[in-house]
Amino acid sequence: MTTSGFFHPALMLIIGALILPLIREPFRRPYLVLIPLLTFINVVWLGFHQGVYGQVAFLDWQLTFGRIDPLSNAFAFIMALMAIIGTVYGLQERNVWQQVAAWFYVAGSLGAIYSGDYLSLFLFWEMMAFASTFLIWTNRDDQDAPAAGFRYLLVHTFGGLLLLMGFVMHYQISGSLAFDLLDYENARLSTWLIMSGLMLNAAVIPFHSWLPDAYSKASITGSVFMCAFTTKTAIYTLARACAGFDILIFLGVGMAIYGIIYALLENDIRRLLGWEIISQVGYMVAGVGIGTALAINGATAHAVAHILYKGLLFMGAGAVIQMTGRQRFTELGGLYRKMPLTLLFMVIGGISVSAFPLFSGFVSKSMIIAASYQEHLLWAGFLLTMVSAGTFLVAGLRLPWLIFFGDHRGDQQSFAAAADPPWNMQLAMLAAALLCFIIGTWYPLLYALLPHQDIAGSYHPYTGYHLSETLQILAFAGVGFVLLRHRIGARAATYLDLDWFYRRGGQVCLWLARHPIQWFDTAWGEAYRVVGLVSLMTTARFWSWFDWHAIDGLLDGSARSVRSFGRLVATAVQRGHIQQTIGYAISCIVVLLFVYIWL
Amino acid sequence: MIRLIDFLLTRQRGVRAAFYGLAAAVVVWSLTVDTSHAHTWAERYLPGFWSLFGLLSAIVLIFVARWLAGAGIAQEEDYYDN
Repeated sequence: MTTSGFFHPALMLIIGALILPLIREPFRRPYLVLIPLLTFINVVWLGFHQGVYGQVAFLDWQLTFGRIDPLSNAFAFIMALMAIIGTVYGLQERNVWQQVAAWFYVAGSLGAIYSGDYLSLFLFWEMMAFASTFLIWTNRDDQDAPAAGFRYLLVHTFGGLLLLMGFVMHYQISGSLAFDLLDYENARLSTWLIMSGLMLNAAVIPFHSWLPDAYSKASITGSVFMCAFTTKTAIYTLARACAGFDILIFLGVGMAIYGIIYALLENDIRRLLGWEIISQVGYMVAGVGIGTALAINGATAHAVAHILYKGLLFMGAGAVIQMTGRQRFTELGGLYRKMPLTLLFMVIGGISVSAFPLFSGFVSKSMIIAASYQEHLLWAGFLLTMVSAGTFLVAGLRLPWLIFFGDHRGDQQSFAAAADPPWNMQLAMLAAALLCFIIGTWYPLLYALLPHQDIAGSYHPYTGYHLSETLQILAFAGVGFVLLRHRIGARAATYLDLDWFYRRGGQVCLWLARHPIQWFDTAWGEAYRVVGLVSLMTTARFWSWFDWHAIDGLLDGSARSVRSFGRLVATAVQRGHIQQTIGYAISCIVVLLFVYIWL
Repeated sequence: MIRLIDFLLTRQRGVRAAFYGLAAAVVVWSLTVDTSHAHTWAERYLPGFWSLFGLLSAIVLIFVARWLAGAGIAQEEDYYDN
């Protein structure tokens, strides 16, 4: 994979992750920073040398591992940058497997972004799903984490299958595996399947419920990684394959509203932030659906800005959870005295997502809204502007108010334990906060990264009209908050969503399996035992004796040695821990695939 | 920074008055802004249109959220555990 100086950044992270468990302190922390840094440098270098690399013939197909053009470059750049920030944030993490999983996850994201065909896209797509599941399973503090991990894995396997069916059917019809813009005018079943598979990862309604569920159960560092990669990689793939699909405008606006309404109610910090991701990703999905050059630029810019401020908010939430051990608003409050710097960083994150002038959301979100007005989609523009006001209510006001102000609602022990987090977490938050500010003030820096450079210079966010519009909306959303804030205070509740169908529906299946099906199975088994088993066992015993003593005796006892070796391997590897078994299996598949492709 | 917040918290009425003053100032300033590039007639001719829009958005979203919570989506915290 080193043809013409191209070394795939994803491969770099994978090799780095495989070596990581062997490295001990004092070399581990420098190594943890070094590998993402090298990956980032590699991505930047590739950005300056765009082209198509890493084309490999695999069976009958041509795989493309390195399609580097302005669109993939913009997304890969921010992913690699976030990998550095996330790793620095998680430096104090003792569980090395968490960092291994995180790097595999980032590698999957970078691989998916650079891939130019459906087959390699699918490989990296699944790598992301599996690696990120481990980021949930490594959370030892929440009893529900293993179950949430399985739910997450099942939902993403379903999404992967939709994508797989879609591109196999697409291949049958068109004879091509190239991952390019699909034909919306002549959309077939394969088009909808591919779109649905990609949509599931972008958490587009009705495929969104996995997001708040999983992100609130992941480990602290895990959720910082997860909030950046899955949905935004999916936005990239949608922008690649489904730009200009009208239906995405409706779905995007719908999820923007839906997400913000749940975020206004939610009682768990990270579930609230998860709902807000859905809402913000709604802007990007709508931008992709509009599909004009300005809209795609807007979706890209917003993805870049979003990864930084949402990463910052998740880092702040993680700091609160780590230091207090609490993640429900009903058990928090009044923490400004204990965690002033965390408050500062979270407020910066909050006003960035609320599109305050001088901060990143202001220069990115407005581009999507402007694109909708330009296409005369007034309803979309107005609804998205309404959600902007809601975003400020949620992230700029409700979130800091419930964590840091008011009376402390939890126990005294957690309040006494609260303090600003360790230096590396503060450093990561500082970096993200500075980047939010730099992008917001020196916006040409961000615009230079956008895919449609021909029009990137013609959009100016800092006009008098846009400033006055934004300030009025923010000020009066604030007035609304002051008047009505007690209606959206902290309440202990679970808010039902579409995951009800597979969480409660699963329980119905379980009941069916336990009662009627189990009864039938027992009855059948009993009948079989009485009628068939006795005679069968007698015959089998004879043949087993014959095989063991007569035939294996003739073959130098090779079966006996295979059996004893097999027992040894089974006791070492298969200990009945399904997570470990899945982990081994996936690692083997990944290693084998890489060996097969590159050797 | 903690001291600044404490200082502000003890003068909540003053802070709130300052905030309302600021909001009013934003509206007054918005009257001087050129609206010839506005998208609809409402933005162009209604003074302080976006202020009204922001306030209404906040109120509508909060009430819809509370209404939904009352309509059955809010359940006990351990709903999925049993």
